[in-house]
Amino acid sequence: MGRERRHQVSLVVNGVERGAEVPARRLLSDFLRHDLGLTGTHVGCEHGVCGCCTVLLDGEPVRSCLTFAVSVDGRAVTTVEGLAGPEGMSPVQRAFAECHGLQCGFCTPGFLCTVTALLAENPAPTDEEVVEGISGNLCRCTGYQNIVKAVHRAAELIAEES
Amino acid sequence: MKPPPFEYHSPRDLASALAALDEAGAGGKVLAGGQSLIPLLNMRLAAPAHLVDINRLAELDHVGAEPGGVRVGALARHSRVERSGAHPLLTRALRLVAHPVIRNRGTVVGSLVHADPAAELPAVLAVLGGSVRLARHPGGPGREPLVREVAARDFFTGPLESAAEPGELAVSAFFPDLPPRSGAAFHEVARRHGDYALAGVCAVVTLDEAGAVAVARAACVGVAPVPLVVDVSEQARAGWPAAAQAVRQATEPEEDIHASADYRRHLVGVLAERAFEQAAREATEGQRHG
Repeated sequence: MGRERRHQVSLVVNGVERGAEVPARRLLSDFLRHDLGLTGTHVGCEHGVCGCCTVLLDGEPVRSCLTFAVSVDGRAVTTVEGLAGPEGMSPVQRAFAECHGLQCGFCTPGFLCTVTALLAENPAPTDEEVVEGISGNLCRCTGYQNIVKAVHRAAELIAEES
Repeated sequence: MKPPPFEYHSPRDLASALAALDEAGAGGKVLAGGQSLIPLLNMRLAAPAHLVDINRLAELDHVGAEPGGVRVGALARHSRVERSGAHPLLTRALRLVAHPVIRNRGTVVGSLVHADPAAELPAVLAVLGGSVRLARHPGGPGREPLVREVAARDFFTGPLESAAEPGELAVSAFFPDLPPRSGAAFHEVARRHGDYALAGVCAVVTLDEAGAVAVARAACVGVAPVPLVVDVSEQARAGWPAAAQAVRQATEPEEDIHASADYRRHLVGVLAERAFEQAAREATEGQRHG
């Protein structure tokens, strides 16, 4: 086969229009990291198990390693780099720091994106809803207890600040 | 862990999608949610020459009631169908499919076509006696696509194999409503929450007007090459343990690194009894309140 065909892909990433010419097989995770230089999105298992690469696609959490960049051309993506606002870290980020919801930090970008979307949909989740909501994200450090605490704390912070 | 190269097609309407699939023939593969296909590509277990991306076919993004059941279009994602609450058994089964984030991308029809013998949705289609609608290119411009409706019992032909032929696109699936005075339940055991189940049982129980069991049917996952549907309406007269025993005896599970055949058979017996009891309880309550 000849040289691999490339496709122009343009996304609105964290509110900024970004684009690159990539082969159709470029995963969204690699598009963000390699083509756009946004290395906050972490790549763990590359088959949809670990959840580290979770980003928000039009506000909805998805696995960027199980999405082709070319497939979501024109859509809006939020990565961990886009969670903080002009006033600093988002309530979810602050809650994770405050509750010690991370140690090595590898899984954290995926958790932060997942939890941001979870609380946007369900501002006061029960313990069961939190555990179900983060069930697709693996953490090998914390044992999850502090992550669950952080989700509840983030819910409080969001409620207080709204 | 990077996918092999493929020729990418992004049709904007059904006719062009069918034309692309027709031209690609046996080298073509449909990309919908990609939550099963992309892992296979990343691990290089699949290497299709052509990928036809149907994510821009808004006409296939639908879920809604039809006479006698619910029709789900090929682009309706798990999360959307779950939220729609269009079909109680489907909703319940969807909560067992992987994780919420996977369900944001994965599609119901994609799960059916993927035909994993341990997956929930093929069992739901099978126990309800539903069907899948397949379309192919008509062979000339301006003509309507050629469409055929394949019943669930003919659709699942083997592990990861369905009746969809090269060039065909599964455009929708039809899930029949539960009959009146019915209840349904889905119980499974997985090593980790969200994993494919070691074994699972999807049960439907229908009562007669006097409240006795008229029909009891189960579809088992993880214990046969395709969802195994067992009708135990007869045995149910002797009680749910007897019915569950009959389901268990009908299975021929295989051993693998996750579980022995005996353990899987044992699970099916336990899960079948629980599922039948819950389905019967629901049917009874429905009758009382209905």
